[in-house]
Amino acid sequence: MVRTALAVLVIDENRIRAAIIEAGLREAGHERVTVIHDVTGIARRIAEIEPDVIVIDLENPNRDMLENMFQLSRAVKRPIAMFVDRSDQASIEAAVDAGVSAYVVDGLRQERVKPILDMAVSRFNAFSRMACELEEARSELESRKVIDRAKGILMKSRGLSEEAAYTLLRKTAMNQNRKIGDIAQSLVTAAGLLGPAEDE
Amino acid sequence: MSMGAEHQITAGFMPLFDSAVLVAASELGFAAREGIDLTLHRETSWANIRDRIAIGHFHLAHMLGPMPLACNLGLTPLASETIVPFSLGLGGNCVTISNAVWAGMAAHGAEPDLDPARAGAALGALIRESAAAGRDPLRFAVVHPHSGHNYELRYWLAACGIDPTREIEIVIVPPPFMADALATGRIDGYCVGEPWNSAAVAAGTGHIVTVKAQIWRNSPEKVIGVRKVWAEQSPDALAALLRALHHSARWCQDPANHGELAAVMAQPGFLGLPPAVQMPILTGHLQLGGGAALDIDDFFLPFDKAANFPWKSHALWFYTQMVRWGHVEHTPGNLTIARDCYRPDLYRSALKPLGVALPGANSKVEGALRVATAVGATGAGLVLGPDGFFDGQIFDPDEIEGYIAGQKSARAQP
Repeated sequence: MVRTALAVLVIDENRIRAAIIEAGLREAGHERVTVIHDVTGIARRIAEIEPDVIVIDLENPNRDMLENMFQLSRAVKRPIAMFVDRSDQASIEAAVDAGVSAYVVDGLRQERVKPILDMAVSRFNAFSRMACELEEARSELESRKVIDRAKGILMKSRGLSEEAAYTLLRKTAMNQNRKIGDIAQSLVTAAGLLGPAEDE
Repeated sequence: MSMGAEHQITAGFMPLFDSAVLVAASELGFAAREGIDLTLHRETSWANIRDRIAIGHFHLAHMLGPMPLACNLGLTPLASETIVPFSLGLGGNCVTISNAVWAGMAAHGAEPDLDPARAGAALGALIRESAAAGRDPLRFAVVHPHSGHNYELRYWLAACGIDPTREIEIVIVPPPFMADALATGRIDGYCVGEPWNSAAVAAGTGHIVTVKAQIWRNSPEKVIGVRKVWAEQSPDALAALLRALHHSARWCQDPANHGELAAVMAQPGFLGLPPAVQMPILTGHLQLGGGAALDIDDFFLPFDKAANFPWKSHALWFYTQMVRWGHVEHTPGNLTIARDCYRPDLYRSALKPLGVALPGANSKVEGALRVATAVGATGAGLVLGPDGFFDGQIFDPDEIEGYIAGQKSARAQP
């Protein structure tokens, strides 16, 4: 399958995501992968690396600078265009939806590049899902901490056992049709307002 | 969230002060009052705005004035046909340089008066002195190749006898990074909108040497770029939005509202900078560096002087500059594309029911008004101008061939 191996440059300020993309490219057999997190001095790096494909995240505020550099192509011996086969609207949409864009050197055949873009899109999507799950886990943890504090307040102020305090929180949540974390948060807030400060 | 709003509109914007009219339309209820549920998305690059308009994520967006032209002329990697039915204001940019360059310019007669001719002459003398000494050319930054910033910077330099293609280097830097790039010496100067000029002055790392309002007074800057397909499918939604933007722009112009506007823009989802940083663009009172300060007439107008009217002459002037700097070839076909991009007809038909002052013409001779002038208009009186270029040139959109030929010959010979 391999003619000359394609040189791929990944520009992403998010180191974790960049590592995920890099791993994907290597798994797919791409040996010549370079990852850049910081665009300072990028013209020189591009001249050294001579990438065939450049993958960049859409959050990167330097896209305008990079596109201009690609067009001037003084720094980049070979002209670089955005990866667009204007007929392939679905690919473009998938990339923008995923938050990634790719640029390829002029004359590179579509079928050699498309697997790279497809891989980047799927890895970007996987990363977003992961970040989302991480956020959920974090808020779950937060809510558990708040419940513990609410239990502590109830145990102290009403002389309840830990189990009784939890049962009271759960019953209140059910009666009010709210989440137990929300009830706990209200209690902690109210205690803080009425308190002698329970903490701090 | 207005339940059951008649129109759902999604728009993109960049965190720059001149998105204020769009932001205020959403945040202060002007859009809701026109039956619009307006959703705004903050973006990180103009390329993202272009891509998201092209694939239909956004119906419209805050754009650089020349950007829709670049899209329609096929100068961008991804594009959909984009039209401009509304302008987001006049002016607002400055040229800021490093302390070292200012010291060099001051030695050649520059004064902290923002006079483009005087500053340009001093800069030219400094550039020739540096070249003779074998130093690297000065590096200036703008935000995008197809921007008012790039074209007004080049216009100013060229009119002062400096060839911006050979005697300096021009690079692209995102606005929020400008002041830092200047402070660390990666660039020697830049042209950008506020508050990124005052930011360098406040940090003690830059001097404002001239402003857009003096290079070309009352000149176009950002616009509302609309996906043409959507505009044709949803004429009622677009007209309602233009009325909402009109009311919003009028509100933004009123000094009584500047404090509230600055507070809205200060929110993290919009500009995310303290309100005090936004006052120079609203008041036109600028610190220039080294303790000098000036009040600038018509520094930034979000509404007055028909600031929202999408003059075809503005689009055509941008086109002449695209031709001048080799961004596009001048052909009858390209000229037609440029002429059809800005749509005063849509502005006029949307605002007609409001009985407000509307210019009678679609184009004007730019640089013809030396003083503020009441002009013939439907509805109540309308005041335009002054709109002069600092070098006294006139741009008559009916004499476009001569203008293009004249500016070519004015370029320094290779």
